[in-house]
Amino acid sequence: MHAVAGGDGVSGELPAKLAEIRDDFLALSQQDRLQLLLEFSHELPELPERFADHPDLLERVEECQSPVYIFVEIDDDGIVHLHATAPREAPTTRGFASILVQGLAGLTVAEVLAVPSDYPLTIGLTEAVSPLRIRGMSGLLGRTQRQVREKTAA
Amino acid sequence: MAVETDPNPAFSAFAHPERLVSTEWLAEHLGEPGLVVVESDEDVLLYETGHIEGAVKIDWHTDLNDPVLRDYLDGAGFAKLLGGKGISRDDTVVIYGDKNNWWAAYALWVFTLFGHEDVRLLDGGRAKWEAEGRAYTTEVPVREVVDYPVVERDDTAVRAFKEDVLAHLGNPLIDVRSPEEYVGDRTTAPAYPEEGTLRAGHIPSAQNVPWAKAVAEDGSFKTKDELDAIYREGAGLNDGDSVIAYCRIGERSSHTWFVLTHLLGFEGVRNYDGSWTEWGSAVRVPIVKGAEPGAVPAR
Repeated sequence: MHAVAGGDGVSGELPAKLAEIRDDFLALSQQDRLQLLLEFSHELPELPERFADHPDLLERVEECQSPVYIFVEIDDDGIVHLHATAPREAPTTRGFASILVQGLAGLTVAEVLAVPSDYPLTIGLTEAVSPLRIRGMSGLLGRTQRQVREKTAA
Repeated sequence: MAVETDPNPAFSAFAHPERLVSTEWLAEHLGEPGLVVVESDEDVLLYETGHIEGAVKIDWHTDLNDPVLRDYLDGAGFAKLLGGKGISRDDTVVIYGDKNNWWAAYALWVFTLFGHEDVRLLDGGRAKWEAEGRAYTTEVPVREVVDYPVVERDDTAVRAFKEDVLAHLGNPLIDVRSPEEYVGDRTTAPAYPEEGTLRAGHIPSAQNVPWAKAVAEDGSFKTKDELDAIYREGAGLNDGDSVIAYCRIGERSSHTWFVLTHLLGFEGVRNYDGSWTEWGSAVRVPIVKGAEPGAVPAR
């Protein structure tokens, strides 16, 4: 199952941080994978202050059952910055967002767009979390890539 | 051994008050022999962030669903799951969870498929427990594995399949989804990944009563009179009616099934767990769009 708005099919090496996160999960038992996801959920940074006055900038990720919102910024050096927020009562969704925030940190536009849309299916969480829930992470990645495309299209 | 029921007068008007316990009751009875507390949430990690002391976790997706077939686990699987959690066949099970007990009610309904006799809901679930400042722990209890008998699932009494719904047309149906889903509006923008169904709308003649209407602001169930006003006066249900409830995959409608069966005392209520994800993609089943229930199709 591939997200429609996913990657461009550009092949290549997975960015180092995303590969490291995947390998960390795959090295663990199913139960420990949940614990690692919980640790990621604790590490999701707060939204920058400036978004407090601009909730309109945030895009709701409909594929997640819990309310999660994202916003992508691209700085002058062409580096992508993903911001995400999700409530404390939704640790799984927070964990998904946190994986992407950490995994995409410091990547260029081209590198973000080249991340394969099936990355969420490769990190060993489909059994521990269920494929249905993983769909939320695919939605997060797909929408992030779409925002990057829209913001660089001009 | 079953544990005594909660004598809370707030429950006495309900048809089966023994199916509910209050937060006060649970706090007093924690640790009592014969009582097992089960947490069941939408979020698979919420239990890990903190849960009621001694509670075990049962996840609707990874524990209760078959990983291959679109079905629930079988008798042997249920016996293995419950035995592994240290739950005996004659234990009193109190289930609670997030989202107004949405998934807790789903778990309770699955327990019912296997005829586990004494299974109750914590009125108000996690929200009420938290609002009252009651304690959570992250310590996972170690319960001794017990022998739970293999009991085959009974799909006839409280479960309906698509064919049952087709045969049922002309009798009351309750669609517990949001008005937007019922009417058949699409809220998802084009080009976004779309999970779900090929067609939008509802089953002809179904009344739309969103599931959360049964819940008060603090997360507990509304009173008997309030529920009667919603389901009898509002949706036109009468004693003796045969009722089927549905949603998208049968979880929200488990909550309504609980309300109709255990709080209002309707008999033979069934939950159509295939729900809209099946009906909305099935070939040549009748569908109505718009806010009106629509007529029962001619056979």
